[in-house]
Amino acid sequence: MSESLHIDWTRCRGRGVCVELMAGLRRDEWGYPVVVGGGSDLPIAPGEREAAEDAVALCPLLALSFRPSSAA
Amino acid sequence: MTTAPTTDRRPIALDFPRLLTGSGPGYDEHLRTLGPLPDHRGLIEEVERSGLTGRGGAGFPTARKLSAMTPRGVVIANGSEGEPLSAKDEWLLRQRPHLVIDGMLATARATDAKQLHLVVGPASEAAARQAVGERRDARGIEVTVTQERFVSGEASAVVHLLTSGDALPTDHTVRLTTRGLRRKPTLVQNVETLAHIGVIARFGAAAFRSVGHPADPGTRLFSITGDVQHPGVTEAEGGTPLRSVIGVASPRSVAGVLVGGYHGTWVGREALERPLALPTMPGAIPAGAGILMVIGEGTCGVRTTAEIAEYLAAESAGQCGPCVNGLPALAELVARLAHGDRNHGLVGEVERMLTLVDGRGACHHPDGTARIVRSAMRTFAADIEAHRHGHCLAAR
Repeated sequence: MSESLHIDWTRCRGRGVCVELMAGLRRDEWGYPVVVGGGSDLPIAPGEREAAEDAVALCPLLALSFRPSSAA
Repeated sequence: MTTAPTTDRRPIALDFPRLLTGSGPGYDEHLRTLGPLPDHRGLIEEVERSGLTGRGGAGFPTARKLSAMTPRGVVIANGSEGEPLSAKDEWLLRQRPHLVIDGMLATARATDAKQLHLVVGPASEAAARQAVGERRDARGIEVTVTQERFVSGEASAVVHLLTSGDALPTDHTVRLTTRGLRRKPTLVQNVETLAHIGVIARFGAAAFRSVGHPADPGTRLFSITGDVQHPGVTEAEGGTPLRSVIGVASPRSVAGVLVGGYHGTWVGREALERPLALPTMPGAIPAGAGILMVIGEGTCGVRTTAEIAEYLAAESAGQCGPCVNGLPALAELVARLAHGDRNHGLVGEVERMLTLVDGRGACHHPDGTARIVRSAMRTFAADIEAHRHGHCLAAR
């Protein structure tokens, strides 16, 4: 099953650790992560699973989680 | 900007009691006209056959939500109506509360739910409490008053209100029907949707489908406001052309109509013959929660959009960074368009800001704000160009 990295915007404060770890994220002008394809969920590319696990573990606001890509 | 429901003229005569043609608000009148609520078996299948969809705005098939419920869950009737242009839920709760209660009871029975909540705005509280107090079978219904805030009607905000007393949207990665109020399966339905279930439980799916369009069966309530002589609430069949529905409220002239409220879509005069229905109907304007705001030829659509964008920015619940930062920035750019800023890059800057807010929140507040601004850019393109050259098409 393919997975995504989900951003809980109610927790995120734009610390930016995830942006350093994931190629599919950049920062907006206020420092918050922007998913390159848009929205709140970044599909995890093959080979990025470990980086995504680091991002979830290192987010100081606990704003990241894994969710199945099919979920609406 | 709340509209007092005054209109109950209907564009189309209906053949049996629906929402406006029923009677109320008292339980005696309700029973005299409709008789007691039958102990309906197979309600979910009947709702499925009826083709009923949610009337809170999203238009999701109601039967699918009902089928997703597991036993011992929670039914929440959502009459929050945080949208200032909407008046239909308040009208229903004040004039036909027993149809809503019928829908709640029938739904709870069909899904084997054990808890019933009726969430209402402050203006409907007295009517809701009175109606619940009038009947024995409604004793299990708990009435809760929500806060007057734009995002309070979002399903997750309604659940949060009942948990914590604060109607704030939350991030939810699983459906509420799987895990909602205190982790129980939770069905949040708009009060109009439940009133239609009250009608279907009595008269059946075939009667419900006897009016409307096959792609949008039954009737819908509309809240009509703006530059009209008779603002108020009306009921029309699914698929009724925009012109007929707003005609009930007697607009003096029409330069544009905002369909779906502050999170909705602007359409111009050329859309007047298009049907208001589910987006799946070919050529339809999505009816959403049935909110129609008419602007006449003397009203500037760009300026109106700027005012709405400013209001929406202020109504951010303040939880999500892209909404907190992006909505005021977007509103500021639209205000510059409205006030005749001649900067060539302005339209492009609005487009860039739209992509920066769209889809980046726990609730749909940023997406809805992006939607109305995007539709204004399209519908009022000529006017935006006129503003850049120092005049306004509305002030001819």
